[in-house]
Amino acid sequence: MSKTKADLQPESWSYTDTLDKAPSFAIISQTLADLADEGHPIVVGTADLKYSNGLFRFEERHPDRFFQFGISEQNMISAAAGMASTGLKPHVATFASFMALLACEQIRTDIAYTMMPVRLIGTHTGIAFGFYGTSHHATEDLAIMRSLADMNVVAPADGPQFAAALRAVVDLEEPIYFRIGRGRDPEVYGADATFELGKAIVHEAGTDITLIATGSMVYPTLEAAKALRAEGLSVGVIDMHTIKPLDAEAILKAAGNSKLIMTVEEHNVLGGLGGAVAEVLSENGTPVPLHRHGIKDTYVIVGPPTHLYKHYGLDADGIAVEAKTFISKFAK
Amino acid sequence: MSPSVDNAVTPEEVELIRQKALFVREETVRLISIAKVGHYASAFSCAEIFAALYYNILNLKRGEPNWPDRDRFLMGKGHAAVGYFPLLADWGFFPKELLDGYTRVGNPLGDHPDMKNVPGADFSSGSLGHNLSVGLGMALAGRVLGKDYNTYVLLGDGEQQEGQVWEAAISAAHQKASRLIAIVDRNGYSLDGAVDEVMGIEPLPEKWRSFGWETHEVDGHDIPALLGLLKKVANDTEREAPVCIIAHTIKGKGIGFMEKEIGWHLGWLADEDEKAVMAELRANA
Repeated sequence: MSKTKADLQPESWSYTDTLDKAPSFAIISQTLADLADEGHPIVVGTADLKYSNGLFRFEERHPDRFFQFGISEQNMISAAAGMASTGLKPHVATFASFMALLACEQIRTDIAYTMMPVRLIGTHTGIAFGFYGTSHHATEDLAIMRSLADMNVVAPADGPQFAAALRAVVDLEEPIYFRIGRGRDPEVYGADATFELGKAIVHEAGTDITLIATGSMVYPTLEAAKALRAEGLSVGVIDMHTIKPLDAEAILKAAGNSKLIMTVEEHNVLGGLGGAVAEVLSENGTPVPLHRHGIKDTYVIVGPPTHLYKHYGLDADGIAVEAKTFISKFAK
Repeated sequence: MSPSVDNAVTPEEVELIRQKALFVREETVRLISIAKVGHYASAFSCAEIFAALYYNILNLKRGEPNWPDRDRFLMGKGHAAVGYFPLLADWGFFPKELLDGYTRVGNPLGDHPDMKNVPGADFSSGSLGHNLSVGLGMALAGRVLGKDYNTYVLLGDGEQQEGQVWEAAISAAHQKASRLIAIVDRNGYSLDGAVDEVMGIEPLPEKWRSFGWETHEVDGHDIPALLGLLKKVANDTEREAPVCIIAHTIKGKGIGFMEKEIGWHLGWLADEDEKAVMAELRANA
């Protein structure tokens, strides 16, 4: 079999040479290894996925601080809690479907309730796994994690923002769930990315509609906004990288100067970003209509991810169409 | 094993543990009389284990529950916490008066240990199967931090049915977590009856051995034997494997009718029975 092609294969969304690609994962490992070099008590764990999530790079630089837990996610989560109780800052990663669903009770009881400063890194989120199927899709993790008291929930838009987030919260003595796709994220921010927990990034304000996106949906939402503006609409975009604690102020400000609000997430429309924004709008008596765009309370079909994003309207074109349909529904 | 370490057990040590095991049982009866329901039998089966650990084996500092170099003790079978809260108070980790309000509104002491509210509780528990993994994390952390402590995890025998126990077992052996010591309170019963009838776990010693653990069996009420084994394990600095001690115990040990009737996993003694039970505990100690 040929192993010479190193490019992203559009039909499979696989890299023929994974180790040199998936830029977001490279920067996560590098940042964690740098933080360990700088004296932060970082340890890293994974569950037989160090090549999938790139953490083998951390292991190369800090073999004594890297722990391979094999295919035992629940054990890894509880062990991370034990490590954190001694003052270490464990960063543990596995596929988001196994993290948030399989190990949910361990996360709730051993990490969230006990307020252990563990960083849970759920990768391959949403429908990024494509034809691997429902067992590997994660369209519930934001809703689950958001419902755990004392849990912080962060979905960076790209690798640089993820790196900035890891640094920004390195001393925070609280648990955090990080959500990231397959590490192939197009760059939104670049090397000068900044991050403040709970403080949304307003890309632009708009009067016709404000699009509030999180994680992997920030890039295509920015692209969709460009297309909508080219058609004469005034479109705002907010990167809601922190789902919890939620930046209610940014949402209410957008509601104050936009006729409509649409959320965009690679997640079930129930309980995640859309649900969180709906709570803020309704509890503050805001009259602005909200449309929640995402996976519409269904399990996702199999297919190559690129095709699935199109199928569910979660690429730039799909997001623009969804926004226009929403606008026309309320146009008087 | 270092030949200079003295693992001998003296009569004075045995007598202290006998007294403290009686203290565990008496306090268990007293505290449950406040809650009006509790796990008498589950605490009685491990009273000697609690006493041996807290009054001989564990390296602790009085009044300093968060001393970083302390040995750790985790209550995998968290439902027996009523028997170990009095020991934590006895070590000065929290005021003894808190015991008098056991389970009452706002008191930190509930049916299961809560590390956020109970000084001296090294981790929370209550959901069976978690704590061996947590203990593994503590043992691995000790290695990273260069600390010289042991981590002990008390597991129920019914808890052996939880899958996560065996994830931790594989993982700890693979990581050569030699400072991790599991103690299985093999009292034979869980809520629905005899563990071996509910879902059999034998051959248990062979299971642990085959998972790569140095495995011992002991009578969990035979103080000289139990203490001798715990000393040997605590002082062995040369082994590479984690240790499992299967302590054969009697559920409800110390009270004749509790040893015979399975309903005492969770129960409440009527006031008139409590006096008789206290007298029997003292007579049997």
